Amino acid sequence: MHKEAAIRKPLILGDKTYHQITEDVCAPVEGKANRLWYIAFTVSAIVALWGVGCILYTIGRGIGVWGLNTTVGWAWDITNFVWWVGIGHAGTLISAVLLLFRQKWRMAINRSAEAMTIFAVIMAALFPGIHMGRIWMAYWVFPLPNTFGSLWVNFNSPLLWDVFAISTYFSVSLVFWYIGLIPDFATVRDRAEKAVPKFVYSVLSFGWTGNVKAWIRFEEVSLVLAGLATPLVFSVHSIVSMDFATSVIPGWHTTIFPPYFVAGAIFSGFAMVQTLLLIARKVVHLEAYITRKHIEYMNIIIVITGSMVGIAYLSELFISWYSGVEYEQYAFLNRATGPYWWSYAAMMTCNVITPQLFWFEKIRKSLVLSFILSIFVNIGMWFERFVIIVTSLHRDYIPSNWSMFHPTFVDIGIFVGTIGIFFTLFLLYARVFPVLALNELKTILKSSGENYKKED
Amino acid sequence: MAATIYGLYDDDDKLIEGVKELRTAGVNIKDAYSPFPVHGLDKVMGIKWTRLAMCAFLYGLTGAVLALSGFWYFMISDWPMNIGGKPSFTLYENLPAFIPVTFEFTVLCAAHGMALTYFLRNWTLPFVKARNPHPRTTDDHFCLEIVEAENSVSKDEIQGILKKTGTVEIMER
Repeated sequence: MHKEAAIRKPLILGDKTYHQITEDVCAPVEGKANRLWYIAFTVSAIVALWGVGCILYTIGRGIGVWGLNTTVGWAWDITNFVWWVGIGHAGTLISAVLLLFRQKWRMAINRSAEAMTIFAVIMAALFPGIHMGRIWMAYWVFPLPNTFGSLWVNFNSPLLWDVFAISTYFSVSLVFWYIGLIPDFATVRDRAEKAVPKFVYSVLSFGWTGNVKAWIRFEEVSLVLAGLATPLVFSVHSIVSMDFATSVIPGWHTTIFPPYFVAGAIFSGFAMVQTLLLIARKVVHLEAYITRKHIEYMNIIIVITGSMVGIAYLSELFISWYSGVEYEQYAFLNRATGPYWWSYAAMMTCNVITPQLFWFEKIRKSLVLSFILSIFVNIGMWFERFVIIVTSLHRDYIPSNWSMFHPTFVDIGIFVGTIGIFFTLFLLYARVFPVLALNELKTILKSSGENYKKED
Repeated sequence: MAATIYGLYDDDDKLIEGVKELRTAGVNIKDAYSPFPVHGLDKVMGIKWTRLAMCAFLYGLTGAVLALSGFWYFMISDWPMNIGGKPSFTLYENLPAFIPVTFEFTVLCAAHGMALTYFLRNWTLPFVKARNPHPRTTDDHFCLEIVEAENSVSKDEIQGILKKTGTVEIMER
């Protein structure tokens, strides 16, 4: 059996047994929701409905209801798209990359992080869909033989690569997540006493029995899917960045984009996981499993990826000056000192300066400060995408074309609405799904549980 | 009617010990049920490792070949387009632009092919009835399944070994 060094901090606190883990994790699923949950759910659902209203309005009237103009043809929609896709990167990184690196602390957070990934990718996929204008023709993005002759989609275009990248990422993450959930649904099923939950969970658990061969296959599938999902994590945001990098717009046409976008995605994804889990661990009483140590590990990843993003910002500035191309130089000068200087300043402050506070151990281990700083990162990363997209477009090659972007109530409504839909889905998930990977946690109880570590 | 004996343990280390004792006595264990993957159980039970990874590789290969032949047909043979002065003449010359989707499609086929094979081999599908002998094998108990007819060792002897290795309950069905 695997032994762990005694000086390593335990990952499961308190005097836990296998049965106690089951009890703790199943409690929110079996019990009644508290008042806090109902308040949060009502607020999110109202915001979500407002968002759905704005989306339907857009589909009905066309994208003219947004603040776009002929100069700024991409704005909040694509900003939101990239922001949500970025957030969707942490889940698979935690469950796939950290599985390959045998990081056991992932087990307490991977289930929720992956749920977050799936909901975030749904939110992201919404934006290119409604941006098409004629959403009922969305199936045209697939290579289908059509009635107008043999005209195919353009496989040389990064926009089409994106279709494949996002749909592959979404479906593979969903399957990976669900395969992990099946044994835990079986646990809930075998504990259920009322007929309706018993039926629902027996359907959801696909008749899982947990015999030896099934577990062998389970472990093999988890490992291989992790191996497949790892390059996927890196490819998806690289491809998203190529939507910009392969164009000839100053500020977009840079080779640094793929690694810079991937680092930013992991950065923002971990910040969102931090935001959600700091609330969730309190609400569903899982402090013994999502410990201060877990929060600290995540903060370390945030400070590292945040520094990578910071270096990327600085090298972008340097390269634009060093290139000697005046359009390129102006694009960056305009970002920092032009009419959108405040968004550039917000991005720099929230992404480069404030995360550096995590170098201090006290701040890294403080729950309140971790929460506040994670919100800063979420805001900063939204501004990063806004800066890249809008400030590069609003002043292009011909000064007579220069303009500003002003969001309409529909732009704002859709963005805020997606946050509402996201939280609605996450809150529902926290009520009906086992929020921790039960079966995985039980495998580390004897090596990383506090009570077992003491005995050694 | 030959009986099936179920030995219920409350600890994974006891389970491994039990399996070892039973196997040394020459008992043929049909199956074991556990709430989580017990490491080393496959070795002491003498079960071969799964070949699912091989399947995944083959599905991935199929995906890559499908994607590349699709590109050749769509972009080179059926409707070659001249995009921005970069004409589509051969698959080889256009290959760099096709790499991302080839990769994505390879992963898509490998992952979903493997997942489907996994569901079918385990027979875990919607509306399938669970066959675990005791509800607590998905919580904190571990169960061994021994079919009497498959064994030359007597029933009493099997039950004796099960009791000796610390089972909390022995059932017969």
